[in-house]
Amino acid sequence: MMQTISFLSAIAIPAILAFIPLYALVRGVPAYESFVEGAKEGFPTAIQIIPHLVGMMVAVSIFRETGALQFYLSLFKPLLAWIHFPEEVLPLGLLRPITGTGALAYAENLMSTYGPDSFLGRLAATMQGSTDTTLYVLTVYFGAVGIRRSLYAVKVGLLADLTGVLASWMIVLWVFGG
Amino acid sequence: MINYIWLFMIISGVVAAAAQGQMDLVTQAALKGAKDGVAVCIGLISILVFWLGIMRIAQDAGLLKVLARLLGPVVRLLFPDVPRDHPAMGYIVSNMSANLFGLGNAATPMGMKAMEELQKLNPDPKVATPAMCTLLALNTSSLTLIPTTMIGLRMDLGSTEPTAIIGTTLVATFCSSLAAILLDRWFRRRMSRRMES
Repeated sequence: MMQTISFLSAIAIPAILAFIPLYALVRGVPAYESFVEGAKEGFPTAIQIIPHLVGMMVAVSIFRETGALQFYLSLFKPLLAWIHFPEEVLPLGLLRPITGTGALAYAENLMSTYGPDSFLGRLAATMQGSTDTTLYVLTVYFGAVGIRRSLYAVKVGLLADLTGVLASWMIVLWVFGG
Repeated sequence: MINYIWLFMIISGVVAAAAQGQMDLVTQAALKGAKDGVAVCIGLISILVFWLGIMRIAQDAGLLKVLARLLGPVVRLLFPDVPRDHPAMGYIVSNMSANLFGLGNAATPMGMKAMEELQKLNPDPKVATPAMCTLLALNTSSLTLIPTTMIGLRMDLGSTEPTAIIGTTLVATFCSSLAAILLDRWFRRRMSRRMES
């Protein structure tokens, strides 16, 4: 299983990179021109998120560097220690459903602090990839059509995020070890 | 909500700094945060440009349509109360495909179009329908196959193996999506049972 996972990890991108342009060639689509067309959207997208990311990273940075985060985390410590969950990652799990950019900023922070190839770095990346900004998606989608009562959608979204966090932790622990 | 959380972090930070008598910590942290925020965005430009380019090839070559056809039966299973040929189906499949490839930018507009179509089937426009909840469950549980942003970020931070997390992410995302679908089903059944009684 572990070999399969690392093999898939290694070949996924090269396979996609080879397959997509080849498929385009077969279908008579000018791959390079399509690429350039799509790629153009990348720059404005990256620039657009600057205000969000700066705003969130300023708050996160203040929250962390002043020791406020440590104070709140210390309240959770006994529980985390009891289940052996790495406490450094807790803020990421808490931020993720609320703010995509905030969680991205926090994940970046974890990876640059502990190194992207450390256990915490890998766990942060995996958690980030397997959960989503539940409250944001809910607001955007339901807001767009004027839904006021969301039934059980919030509960399902948040419980799925919790599952993602716990599953990430277990699978990273299993594949890469503590 | 996000406003409160943002304010909460800043105010707690200021209070914490004041309690230690080190107010300059706040200023330093704020400037550092701002600098890091810009740096992360600049670092992301390359990966966004690259992947959006590749994904456009897939779209132009009709690969997304092929995917829609492949996902058809799954979608009908997930959305039993949406008529087979309803336009909502097409948007739902496009939304799912875009999510699978980590195309958040493409997924969001398609998801919103799907919502609009589902709203047309809704007897009470203020209250969500079970189909809408299923669509949200799929979107909030993150179905991503290739976590492009994370790979880009890891590359940017000098990882020796930026793609090492694809496998673990795949397994974790499968678990959270499965949980979302099962929970959605469970809540859906509980609600319809309540309505009958």
